[in-house]
Amino acid sequence: MNETLEIIQSEFAQASFETFEMVLISMIAAAVVGTVLGLILHLTSSPLFFKNRIINGIAGTIVNIIRSMPFIILIIVLIPVTRLLVGTSIGALAASVSLSIASIAFFARLVEGAFSEVDKGVIEAAVAAGAGTLLIIRKVLFVEAMPALIRALTVTFVSIIGYSAMAGAVGGGGIGNLAIMYGYNRYQTGVLFVTVVVLIVIVQLGQWIGDRIAMAFTRK
Amino acid sequence: MIGMLCRILYYEKGWKNVIELKNIDVEFGHGGNAFKAVNDVSLTIQDGEVFGIVGPSGAGKSTLVRVINMLQPPTRGQVLIDGRDITKLNRRELRKVRLNIGMIFQHFNLISGSTIAENVAFSLYANKYPKDKIPGRVKELLELVHLPEKADAYPANLSGGQKQRVAIARALANNPEILLCDEATSALDLENTEEIVALLKEINQKTGITIVFITHEMEVAKKLFDRIAFMEQGKLKEISDIYTAFTEPKEPIAKRLVERVLNVTVPEALTVKEDEELLRLSYTGDDSYDPVISMASKNYDITIDIISGKVDYIHNKPFGVMIVILRGAGSEREKALEYIEKNVYKLERLGGK
Repeated sequence: MNETLEIIQSEFAQASFETFEMVLISMIAAAVVGTVLGLILHLTSSPLFFKNRIINGIAGTIVNIIRSMPFIILIIVLIPVTRLLVGTSIGALAASVSLSIASIAFFARLVEGAFSEVDKGVIEAAVAAGAGTLLIIRKVLFVEAMPALIRALTVTFVSIIGYSAMAGAVGGGGIGNLAIMYGYNRYQTGVLFVTVVVLIVIVQLGQWIGDRIAMAFTRK
Repeated sequence: MIGMLCRILYYEKGWKNVIELKNIDVEFGHGGNAFKAVNDVSLTIQDGEVFGIVGPSGAGKSTLVRVINMLQPPTRGQVLIDGRDITKLNRRELRKVRLNIGMIFQHFNLISGSTIAENVAFSLYANKYPKDKIPGRVKELLELVHLPEKADAYPANLSGGQKQRVAIARALANNPEILLCDEATSALDLENTEEIVALLKEINQKTGITIVFITHEMEVAKKLFDRIAFMEQGKLKEISDIYTAFTEPKEPIAKRLVERVLNVTVPEALTVKEDEELLRLSYTGDDSYDPVISMASKNYDITIDIISGKVDYIHNKPFGVMIVILRGAGSEREKALEYIEKNVYKLERLGGK
């Protein structure tokens, strides 16, 4: 029991900060780049915009390749890219690179889905009104897809928390890593229990906030 | 300004063709699966008229109306708006043309996440309307459709009829010359349908906008249209003014649809006895109906029983159908028959002894 407390006291703050850092960076990357990528996937697949098999095929394949790789393999594959971007392949910042790329691919597919769920009739009405593509994206696609986008971001958040546990492989640390290192590898069941409870609380809280925001944007 | 003046002059004279469709084909699918939704349709719609296209579902009428604003590019043929072919325009030029063609839909297609005011303002954004003037114009438009109090509500809080009125406000925001209506009343109940029909009529009379209205509801056609086109299996079968369409339908499809509105049939249980004859009388606004029956029974030794009948009005001009039994012996009956035939629009002998 004392040992558990000791480990928690000495490691938990650092681990929390690492998780926070990794999650924040990948969430921002997913929200910005993933949204753009998802938008491209949607625009190039819809005849109401710029249906383009080639661009859609290329973007779709890249997303699929990233998504089909086990995350731990992705981390290894991306080591050269990580070195190039942050100068090192070890640590939370380095782990954030592969975490971001995985989140971007994951979120992009969800964004594409959210946009394709928007009523075609509403888009058609906007086209008939003489609106340009940018206006339709801003005032129709995003407005109509907003609740779904927020829900998608919530799902992505939960996935990132899960993936971030594997960041330990490259010394990324984090709460999940604490659970593996102490709780599992060193048989510290107390640490395992505490970290898992903390993760459950974080996920629950994230889901609750996401649902609340999505509800606030729902007008149906 | 000059353009507007010309429009008024043209409208007064009523000889300006706003929309001309020439040999329009729309094909879906390829090769063996190819399907012609619209087959060689040509028609001309004049400035200020309410032009309707009716037909059973799958007739291609929705596809055809989408050709007018190029939501559905035709496989072949030309679409002339004010004399200019729009089938070859680029995106940018097409957008300009669309600002001049409003459209409303069966399911309203409002942006559910935006307020009513934002929905109406959308068309103004599309037209790069001066930002500071948008609230004023939105207010004006909502007043035009009698919904000024709903500006801050969301579409989900409105009834079907109210939603369609918002859609009309959005469609009219940039003062278009043409309004396309695709089954605009088909998702509405009777009361809301009448409300929308009355509003469209009011707007047509107030602004002289040309309306193209697609529907399968003949009741709407009767109340709203000036001219009507009947479509079946992608082909245009008949075009006439609305009154003629109801009183003298020619093609089978026109007859079928018109009959349904009049719905005057001979009761099955009816038997015609000795010295009786079953007649179907049609009359139009020029004939006076009631006196014919009373005069016939007064002047000749016969009686007339009315079995069923219906009187309807198109643009305040009555037309009607009646099924009667004419009873009387030999020559008296023949004479009465001759008299009635002369004084009604159409007499059909449905059988007798």
